[in-house]
Amino acid sequence: MESVPRPAETPAPPRTSRRDFYLAAIYGLWSLMAAALSLPALIYLLLPPKLRKESDWVEVGDISALQPEVPVEMVFRRNRIDGWKVISEKSTAWVVKRSLNQVVAFGPQCTHLGCAYHWDETKNEFICPCHTSVFSVDGKVVSGPAPRPLDRYVAKVENNKLFLGALHESEPGA
Amino acid sequence: MREFRARLATWLEHRTGIETAVRSFLYEEIPASSGWHQVFGSVAIFLFLVQVFTGILLAVNYAPTPGDAYNSLRYILTELTAGRLIRGLHHWGASMMIVVVVLHMTQAFLYGAYKKPREATWMVGVVLFVLTLAYGLTGYLLPWDNRAYWGTVVATQIAAQAPLLGPYLSRLLGGESSIGVVTFARFFGLHVLLLPPATTFLIALHVYLVRKHGVAPLPGDERLPRKKFFPEQVFKDTVAIFLAFAVLFIMAVAVRVPLERLADPTDTTYIPRPDWYFLFLFQTLKFFKGPLEVVGSVVLPGAAILALLLVPFIDRGRMVRVARRTVAAGFVALAVLGWAGLTAAAIATTPKPEPVAEIDFSGPTDWIELSPQELAGIGYFRRENCVSCHTLGDGKPGIGPDLTTTSIHKSAAWMIRHFKRPSEIVPGSAMPPIQLSDSQLNALAAFLLKLNPRNASALENAPDFAVGGALIYQTSNCGACHQVNNVGMKIGPPLNGLRKRRSRPWLERHFRDPQSVSPNTIMPPYQFNARDVDNLISYLFALPD
Repeated sequence: MESVPRPAETPAPPRTSRRDFYLAAIYGLWSLMAAALSLPALIYLLLPPKLRKESDWVEVGDISALQPEVPVEMVFRRNRIDGWKVISEKSTAWVVKRSLNQVVAFGPQCTHLGCAYHWDETKNEFICPCHTSVFSVDGKVVSGPAPRPLDRYVAKVENNKLFLGALHESEPGA
Repeated sequence: MREFRARLATWLEHRTGIETAVRSFLYEEIPASSGWHQVFGSVAIFLFLVQVFTGILLAVNYAPTPGDAYNSLRYILTELTAGRLIRGLHHWGASMMIVVVVLHMTQAFLYGAYKKPREATWMVGVVLFVLTLAYGLTGYLLPWDNRAYWGTVVATQIAAQAPLLGPYLSRLLGGESSIGVVTFARFFGLHVLLLPPATTFLIALHVYLVRKHGVAPLPGDERLPRKKFFPEQVFKDTVAIFLAFAVLFIMAVAVRVPLERLADPTDTTYIPRPDWYFLFLFQTLKFFKGPLEVVGSVVLPGAAILALLLVPFIDRGRMVRVARRTVAAGFVALAVLGWAGLTAAAIATTPKPEPVAEIDFSGPTDWIELSPQELAGIGYFRRENCVSCHTLGDGKPGIGPDLTTTSIHKSAAWMIRHFKRPSEIVPGSAMPPIQLSDSQLNALAAFLLKLNPRNASALENAPDFAVGGALIYQTSNCGACHQVNNVGMKIGPPLNGLRKRRSRPWLERHFRDPQSVSPNTIMPPYQFNARDVDNLISYLFALPD
């Protein structure tokens, strides 16, 4: 299957080296172009968006009425960056008062597959309805498939008002 | 391994016949005269695939509604790594595709490749050319900036002028009353849902027809032995494709595609212009006034497309050599001259946009939100060359501390004391005292207080005209009566949105002699030099509304 050169070009019979050159150029150039297109595409799809505004403190509410070691679900609004939008959305936190000014705020999702768990007063445990993960009042896994303790918000208390920052993923086994 | 691959290939060949298909495609016989002049069709198909690829990538981060479209494109350009490159490839790929398709048509026309029996191939090609233009027209709206909006306003009004069909076309494009969500959805639907499959189908038909009739031979070819498509012609196509791709890639990297202001239907200062390849049509329109306008907008372009379609039936002569096709060459020369003349005239008659249009909104534009004092602080920051010792969060160690992280913890009073006598506050500091007045130091401190690692590069990007304008604003103490970005007094009118209320010449007169344009005003006259007044007005016009 050799190419037949035009008589005007080369009178010599077609040589394999010319065909080899064509093949090398075809494969080489197409590989180069495929790389030049697919690498930026992968970077574009896989790299996270550049860092934007860190989440500020959000005032969640008054905690003077909270009983120690009794979790309360507190609802608040916070701004979240959602792609090209900043949306104001309702969020919840399970807030547990430990001592006078020490408060722990858990993220509202089970660490297994993200279902919303709730506090069972009769058993004194957080129970997830999906796959029956159970967490103690300090967030530790008691039983069930959850791989790590409940996630916690960064929290601070000023004049009995609770402020929450970012939600941090907990360490497995912590 | 090799045996396994051979077996897999045989298995596939038996089930699908793919090897035979590829072989018959690659080893198709082509005329002896085939060569470099026939590469454009392959390049056009390649560019179409690049457009599909980059278009899909853009679509996965794009919200196809007015407003959101703009924000999501900004997100692609500023937040996503390689987003600017992908958009650049899509934008310049569109222009390049038009160029290559026209070259392909010109080659086919010059060589008489449309002659019997290849009339249908040519006509399908003309439809593909029209589709290429339709991509340009519909894609133009999708960034939803001022350029997109106003360009589309004009385009839909032209469609509405079409004889008989006008009102229906207008309704189809959703542009009956004004350009809004309906038009946007129609254009987006056309651009991504209708045109790509239509193009794919017609390209397949076009290629099928080329294969059916064979590549057009030249007179004399029949006496020479035929060639195979692979590998020589494939090599030539590949080289041409690679050259086109290299040019496209370099343009996408090097030539920044601007994103203008968000579409603003109330902006009376905007000068709408179509993309470069439609400029000749835009200029043609100017020759037809009043009731004849429809001739320039619809009849002539329609007739041109019809003439292109009918070319194979107008010229029914036998195939001759290119060098002897003087009439065809004359037509091409005339078309090129006409196109170039009209385009040049359109460019020459486009008024220079006011400096405000030069802001590229796809970059960080945090500086627009600063108060004039803070922006003037950038001016002093640059004038005193603070960056010769200090860094702004780019990680390189400097002689002085990084100002994006240290200035957050200081007060303005601390900074001003430090500016005046650096070693008094920071013992052992090697920083020389800054020789500026108190109000200038205040401005500098105000800017530094605003600085954090997040906005440093955006503030560094503040254009010179804005910084210059803010310096004049501060030294003239405009803030004693006026407000900018909610800072200043309200004795005079606030200056945000000035762009919409006043023109540049009006403001120039107003500064020189306020009474002449606004009787009874208490504003005193100002004698600025030409550059200062230019900077000041450009700065005020750049403010958010």
